[in-house]
Amino acid sequence: MSRVISGVELLGAWASPYSIRVQIALNLKSIPYEFTEEKFYTSNKSARLLEANPIHKKIPVLIHDSKPISESLIILQYIDEKWSCNGPSILPSDPYDRAMARFWAAYVDDKWFPAFKELEKASRDEDRGAIIERIHEGAMLLEETFVKCSKLKAYFGGDSLGYIDLVLGSYLGFIELTESATGLKIFEEMRTPRLARWAQRLSLDDAAKDVLPDAQKLFEFYMMVRESQKLEQINFLLR
Amino acid sequence: MPVKVLDFWGSPFAARVRVALAEKGVSYESKEEDLLVGKSDLLLQSNPIYGKVPVLLHDDKPVLESSNIVYYIDETWPNPQLLPACSYGRSRARFWTDFIDKKVYDVGRNIWMGKGDEVEAAKDEFIDVLKKLEGALGDREYYAGDQFGFLDIIFVSLSCWFPTYEKYGGFMVEEETPTIAAWLKRCYSRETVAKSMPDSQRVIEFVGMMRKMHGIE
Repeated sequence: MSRVISGVELLGAWASPYSIRVQIALNLKSIPYEFTEEKFYTSNKSARLLEANPIHKKIPVLIHDSKPISESLIILQYIDEKWSCNGPSILPSDPYDRAMARFWAAYVDDKWFPAFKELEKASRDEDRGAIIERIHEGAMLLEETFVKCSKLKAYFGGDSLGYIDLVLGSYLGFIELTESATGLKIFEEMRTPRLARWAQRLSLDDAAKDVLPDAQKLFEFYMMVRESQKLEQINFLLR
Repeated sequence: MPVKVLDFWGSPFAARVRVALAEKGVSYESKEEDLLVGKSDLLLQSNPIYGKVPVLLHDDKPVLESSNIVYYIDETWPNPQLLPACSYGRSRARFWTDFIDKKVYDVGRNIWMGKGDEVEAAKDEFIDVLKKLEGALGDREYYAGDQFGFLDIIFVSLSCWFPTYEKYGGFMVEEETPTIAAWLKRCYSRETVAKSMPDSQRVIEFVGMMRKMHGIE
């Protein structure tokens, strides 16, 4: 779909959860868009990205009618408001439910998922043990939240994908990757039965299935990123 | 439906909630948390994950995180509207709210908690943050135009700590970012802001005490 016709462009990356959630939202609302893959892992950012997001220099950036919107959670809210008549609502309509959705999305992004990154870096067994404990506790909190928000329906958003579904769901590839690498089970039948089923359901959803990355592809991608970052460091030192 | 705020006099984040409720003309009960003595049971029950103020209790249902609370206040009591009407304007307000939340208080803390070279580095970073916010204001009276609104509330509440940063960082906001200084004067001329903000001298004394407790002076 050409930029001229749809007026919507996304500067993103197939491997980034922050970009993935925006793509799911656009699909949910049936908005055609042009996708530009950015090399987000390099310090050599494209001129286009630097112009669109000069403050943070990060993806994703949604460009609509030439106006850039950055920060994935802000983009999700923009999509929901701008195309409120297209498809289901992403955020609930009740102000209290909206406040809860925003709170839990921020919890996932700022507290729960960073523990996965800490786990990757932790080398000592006792550190790893404490981090794994936190991840499991967080998963159980999210299971309770799912019960409250879903009201026995398929998703946090009810019958259709909502704000928390998009945010938490965007990490499913990484979660799978962590599970293969560590032997852990994050969403499983004993501790978090509903989230275990939710994860399967979401990965088959029309708006998400073509956008959620395969764990093996993600693994190969992050190996490549590590190599290219090492090369960048070497090149920098040789300058 | 009763409104209660779990509050702390010196918290710039709690100040946001006070200003927002005042702008909306909403009466509420303020429960002061004595954070130096310990957190109340109500606070720990209402905010078990973070245990922080402010908390807004609306009909006993807790709303957490100050920016989140201000969004909630704006949606629940629509007049006057704090966020701009258009989607792009709202995105812009949310973007700068997020930026302010990530940068201002934490970088400021590095100024008054820092030792040696850390202080200078933190001061430089803080001035850079202010300059970006000055750029976002441009030549407008307030962040969204000629009306005091959402982003003004989010940012002005943090200014009660500016004299503290100036004292320990050795700089003046008026010299580094005069447009921000002028905007601050404009905001403080509003009764809702003036009556909601803590006395900055009291904040300086409080920080002095915190520094002693942390062995910085």
